[in-house]
Amino acid sequence: MKQPNIRAYPGLRPLSILFFLWLYLPIAVVVVYSFNDNRLVSVWTGFSTKWYAAALANEALMSALEISVMVAVIATLCATLIALLAAIVLTRATDLRFRRVSETVVNLPLLLPEIVLAVAVLILFSQIGLTNGLLKLVLAHTAFCTPFAFLPIRARLQGMSLDFEEAARDLYAAPFTAFRLVTLPMILPGVFAGAMTAFVMSMDDFITSNLLNSGGATTLPVYIFSLIRQGTTPELNAISTLLIAASLLLATLVLILNVRAMRRG
Amino acid sequence: MSKAFRFWGLVPAWALMILTLIVPILIVAGVSVAERGAYGGFNWAFDLSSYRQILYTVGWTDELEFDPKYVLIIGRTLLFAGGATLISLLLALPVAYYISQQSSRLKTILLYLVTLPFWVSMIVRVYAWLIILGNDGLLERIYRIFGGADISGFLFTPGAMITGMVYSYIPLMILPVYASVEKIDPALIEASHDLYGGRWTALKRVILPLAAPGLTAGSILVFVPCLGTVLEPMLLGGGKQLMMGTLIQTQFGGARNWPFGAAIAMVLLILVVLTLLLNARRAGRQMEATL
Repeated sequence: MKQPNIRAYPGLRPLSILFFLWLYLPIAVVVVYSFNDNRLVSVWTGFSTKWYAAALANEALMSALEISVMVAVIATLCATLIALLAAIVLTRATDLRFRRVSETVVNLPLLLPEIVLAVAVLILFSQIGLTNGLLKLVLAHTAFCTPFAFLPIRARLQGMSLDFEEAARDLYAAPFTAFRLVTLPMILPGVFAGAMTAFVMSMDDFITSNLLNSGGATTLPVYIFSLIRQGTTPELNAISTLLIAASLLLATLVLILNVRAMRRG
Repeated sequence: MSKAFRFWGLVPAWALMILTLIVPILIVAGVSVAERGAYGGFNWAFDLSSYRQILYTVGWTDELEFDPKYVLIIGRTLLFAGGATLISLLLALPVAYYISQQSSRLKTILLYLVTLPFWVSMIVRVYAWLIILGNDGLLERIYRIFGGADISGFLFTPGAMITGMVYSYIPLMILPVYASVEKIDPALIEASHDLYGGRWTALKRVILPLAAPGLTAGSILVFVPCLGTVLEPMLLGGGKQLMMGTLIQTQFGGARNWPFGAAIAMVLLILVVLTLLLNARRAGRQMEATL
C-alpha cells in the first residue's frame, strides 16, 4: 500500500496554480491588449503593431525615457560606488566602531516610507534653493538606490573566503593591488547585481520623481502616470509592454548573475 | 586595512544619508510645527495648528470642533494596510509551503516566478489592474459572458485598492515565509503523526509555530510599504478614498499646506518606526536575506 504523503495538504496545488495565474494575469492582459487594433482598450478587433509605432514616434515619451535613463545611470554609478566603499569597510575592517549604526544608516531608505523621504528632500531642496530638476532627481535617486546596491555587494564580500586576499598580501601585493586583482574580480557578480537592482529601482521610481517633478525633469513613470490620468489607450499598453520586457530582461540577467555567484561561492 | 580608508570609505555613505535623509527628516519635523505661509510654503514660527488640524476644525468663533475627517483617513490607512497584510499572509503561507515541497530545480523556478513581477515597474502593475477592474474592463466582460447582470463599479472601491496593494507587495511576504517553511525538518511533521496528530494538528502545532518568524517578518515587510502607499489609492481608489500617502502628496501639490503635510508625514513616520521597533532585528535580517 502506498503511504500517503503526510506533508501534503489537500488543495495546495490548485491554490498555488491559481496564485501564479493571478500573479501573471495583469501582465498578460497589458501585453495582449497592446497588440489590439481597436482604439478602445478592451474591445478586441484584430492584431496590430501600430501602437508600438505610435509609441516610438511619441516625442514626449522619448524625452521622458531619456531623462529616466540619464538619472538612473548617474544615480546607479554614484550609489554603487558609495555602496561598494561602505561594504568593503563594513565587512573587512576589524574592530570597527559604529558598525551596526553605519549598516542601519546605509539601509535607512529601505526602512522608511518613500513618501516621507520624498517630502523631506522636496522641502530641503526648496530651502537651499536648488532648482536644477535633474540634479534634484539624481541626488534623491542616489540616496534610495544605495541600499539596493549595498546588500548584494555585502553578501558577496561576506560569502567569499578571506584566504585569497591573504595570499595576495603574503605575496607583497599592496592593499589596493590586492583589491583590484583579487577581491574585485571575485565580487564582480555581486557588484553587477547590485548596480542592476539600483538601476531598475531608479527607472521604476514614481513617488519621489513625481513630487520632485519640475521644469523639464519628467521621468518615464511620471509621464506614464500623466497618460493614465488622461484615460487608458492602446498606446499606453504598448509603452507598458516595452517597459515590462525591459524589466524582465534585467531581472533575468540579475538572477543569472546571482545563481553564478552562488555556484562559485 | 588602513585607518584612513576605514574612515574615508564610510564617509560618502554617511554624508549621502545625512544630507538627503537625516537632515531633511529633521526639517520635516521642524516644518510640521511651523506656520503655514500665505502663498504656500511656510514661515518659521512655532505653531502646533497642523497637529491640531488632524483632530479639530476651528469654527467661526475660534472654538475647536472635533472633525473625524483626518482621523478617518489614518484609520482607513491602518485598516487597509492591515487587511492587505492579512490577505497576503493567508495566500503566502500555502503557496510558500507548496513551493517548499517541490524539487530543488522547480523551487528555483517558482521562486523566480514569485519575484519576477516585483521587477516590473510599479506604475505598470497598478495600471494593469486599472484595465482589469475598470469600466467595461476585463472583469466586467467576463462577468457578463457568464450571464451576470450588467454590473459595473469594481474600480474605485476599497476592494480594488486592497487587491492592488496585495498584488504589489505579496512577493515580500512569500520570500520570508518560504525561507522559514523550507527549514522545517520533515521528521518533526512525521513525529506529530506518530503521536496520532492529524494533518491539522501538525499544521497548528508544528508548521505554524515554526513558520512564525517568517510570517512576522513578511507581515512587517508588507505592512510598512502599504502604510505609505500612494499609487493604489490614487489610481484604483480614484482619489475618493484617501490614505495617508495620498493625503501627504496632495498637501505638497494642489492643496499646498506644507506644515499640515509635514505633520501627517510625521504621524506616518512614527507609525512605521513603531511597527519596525516591535520587531526590528528580525525584520532587518529578513529584508536583507530577501534581497
